[in-house]
Amino acid sequence: MTMTESLVDFFRMGGYAFYVWWSYVVVTVVLALNFVLPMLRHRRVRRDLAQELRFADRCDEP
Amino acid sequence: MWAFLHRFASPPHFYRRAGAIAPWLGWICLGLMAAGLYGGLVVAPPDYQQGESYRIIFVHVPSAWMSMFVYVVMAGASAIALIWRIKLAEVIAIESAPVGASFTFLALVTGSLWGKPMWGTYWVWDARLTSELILLFLYFGVMGLYAAIEDRRTAGRAAGLFAIVGVVNIPIIHYSVEWWHTLHQGPTVTKLSAPSIHVSMLVPLLLMAVSFKLFYVTVLLHRARCGVLERGRNAGWVRSLLARTEPE
Amino acid sequence: MIFVALLVTGVTAATSLVIAAMGENMLYFYSPSQIRAGEAPSGSSIRVGGLVVDGSVQRGEGLEISFALTDGAATVDVSYAGILPDLFREGQGIIASGVLNAGARLQAEEVLAKHDENYMPPEVAEAMEAAKRSGAMAPHGSMRQ
Repeated sequence: MTMTESLVDFFRMGGYAFYVWWSYVVVTVVLALNFVLPMLRHRRVRRDLAQELRFADRCDEP
Repeated sequence: MWAFLHRFASPPHFYRRAGAIAPWLGWICLGLMAAGLYGGLVVAPPDYQQGESYRIIFVHVPSAWMSMFVYVVMAGASAIALIWRIKLAEVIAIESAPVGASFTFLALVTGSLWGKPMWGTYWVWDARLTSELILLFLYFGVMGLYAAIEDRRTAGRAAGLFAIVGVVNIPIIHYSVEWWHTLHQGPTVTKLSAPSIHVSMLVPLLLMAVSFKLFYVTVLLHRARCGVLERGRNAGWVRSLLARTEPE
Repeated sequence: MIFVALLVTGVTAATSLVIAAMGENMLYFYSPSQIRAGEAPSGSSIRVGGLVVDGSVQRGEGLEISFALTDGAATVDVSYAGILPDLFREGQGIIASGVLNAGARLQAEEVLAKHDENYMPPEVAEAMEAAKRSGAMAPHGSMRQ
């Protein structure tokens, strides 16, 4: 069996490609979102808090 | 022991420690997941009955296990938060809910994609599938309750109480396949006798399970760091932390 | 506050609806013995679960098919016309839903396959099958639901 043939076989998943690969796609997307969103949130929270802090400091000045 | 726990549960200490640990856990998780995927998709042989379609097991079963595990963690943390008034426990409980809901959603979707070719249907209202769907509603309930109540303390307590009550669903999910006639088959790995899955399939399955667990811990640490920051917006340690890292 | 009330009502309503639906289906299927004992209602739609009896599958015109289901003690004949799941085969666990007609024959509208909790490579399954055949005392086929 050639390299391409075995690759094609792998992606065909014995005729169940639709079900198998969609499962893996959905899992990948949901896990990636779970990982990325808290990162963005962390950056946003720190930026907002820093802004609040600067604002408060300016108000404290005479 | 108590002193250590107390120190770890203090927000600044947790924020620092979690930030240091999370990347390591993330890399280990990624490595195990790569090994599990390679073992499951490439190395493991096809199943004698289901052919290649059974390969969905390597994401379906870990998701389903995690959907229940995260709920138990969430309920446990809620109980700790209610009894001992440890703020960090409440953060852990609340921040666990969206992750648990994600795993529940994945278990339902991948199970559905597996059910269509093998059982002949995307969905049936049998006890296993229905109780797992109720689990998703319970997660939504915890998240919705927390988001909907204005006062943060009341919101935390209400959501925590809801989470604790909902824990009765967990044994129902697990034993549903034994208590009732279901379309879903019985447990494979967790039954008391030897697991009825060939070792070439069991190894990647367990690798995926461990990596999903590490994924949860990594994401939870990230989320809890955000939660701790948001709640401590007026605390001295947040001020000094931000002052130190501001470029000005 | 209105939002909270709406939310709690919504979740409660959804959950109770689901539990009600589940209550009806708690016993997801009847076994052939239960049907023989007259425990299943005739005239309304029911589900029957059992193993497809070896040699009982007869294909008719087009998608028409008839077969017998057994739980080891009793059998029920089933007629069906439609698409079968990939796992459908003799000896496989099947759940057929439909109406029992006068001759206690199930006219199925849907046929679902139930698989067991065992996963192994085909060669291992063959080896186990061979070992079972050589051991004369071993019963034929497993009777798991």
